[in-house]
Amino acid sequence: MAEPKRVERPLSPFMIGPYYRPQMTSISSILTRITGNGLVVAAVLSVWWLLAAATGDEYFAFADAVIRSWFGKLVFLGSLWAVWYHFLAGLRHLYYDAGRGLDIPTAEKLGWACVIGSVVLTVITLLIV
Amino acid sequence: MVQFSLPKNSKLRTGKTWPKPEGAKNVRKFQIYRWSPDDGENPRVDTYFVDMDDCGPMVLDALLYIKNKVDATLTFRRSCREGICGSCAMNIDGINTLACIYGLDEIKGDVRVYPLPHMPVVKDLIPDLTHFYAQHASIMPWLETKTNTPAKEWRQSIEDRKKLDGLYECVMCASCSTSCPSYWWNSDKYLGPAALLHAYRWIIDSRDEATGQRLDELEDPFKLYRCHTIMNCAKTCPKGLNPAKAIAEIKKMMVDRVV
Repeated sequence: MAEPKRVERPLSPFMIGPYYRPQMTSISSILTRITGNGLVVAAVLSVWWLLAAATGDEYFAFADAVIRSWFGKLVFLGSLWAVWYHFLAGLRHLYYDAGRGLDIPTAEKLGWACVIGSVVLTVITLLIV
Repeated sequence: MVQFSLPKNSKLRTGKTWPKPEGAKNVRKFQIYRWSPDDGENPRVDTYFVDMDDCGPMVLDALLYIKNKVDATLTFRRSCREGICGSCAMNIDGINTLACIYGLDEIKGDVRVYPLPHMPVVKDLIPDLTHFYAQHASIMPWLETKTNTPAKEWRQSIEDRKKLDGLYECVMCASCSTSCPSYWWNSDKYLGPAALLHAYRWIIDSRDEATGQRLDELEDPFKLYRCHTIMNCAKTCPKGLNPAKAIAEIKKMMVDRVV
């Protein structure tokens, strides 16, 4: 009997967007990951700013200028939204872990609540601070 | 491992455009994933045209039209054509569902048909489900008992039987597991929504006497806890079941037995 030929099988396409439809379920979950990781960058930047303050006048002036530039402000505006989104998504996870809200209509509403709520809370924070 | 693109041998190329049916007035365009193990080439997407006046209402009807009248080499699984065998699960219009019960009128524009996502492909629309079935077998999908077998049958109250509703209907089509990003990236260790729904179906069966052992088996950072409650599974299930809810109930039982 002939030896069966070994073939290298391709992996079927999966990427969200071109092959899998983006939907609230997956997008809200991925945003939780992205905001969580993004906040690490913001935390490092904040620590760098404090370290610069402890290093000396000249270096602090440089770090302060970077952070107060339009780009620095954009990063911190993004981080502000990320904090709120990550916080609300965390609350949603606590609710899920209690076994509640696990039907699709409720889960999608909660997803929208995280997205819209985080934007509203960001605007409110900007107005207050 | 998290991946965002396809490996080199899996990248898609544009395939063949097959001729339109002659004299047809109501033609619809289909884009279908093709791969054959015989020619050593990368997968491609072929374009077909179906005469809708000569075709049934479901996606499976269109696939059969193509196989019978345009291209006999198009390969896919199908059997019952009524959503009970689970054979014809595939990625249609960006979601996983059964071709036999998904209406062509539910799709806007061209119809895109791919195999279930992030699986090794056997041929065309057929994914290799060996690992998926092995995971199902690993959760002991049968009644485990220690007491003596009763003379007639294992009895169950109406209330206890009701607990199995929404679980026993699963046809193992693999739509849910292959819609789950966590399963895409951890399926070597994570059991995935289908196997876990079945695990829960036996855990809460009042006649089963291995609940503790079943929970012990699942107490693992990957097997159970790679579920991050994304809920793509419940969103896509062609039978309207909710694996995410079943998994959450298992997680609750894990907590309940230690506190």
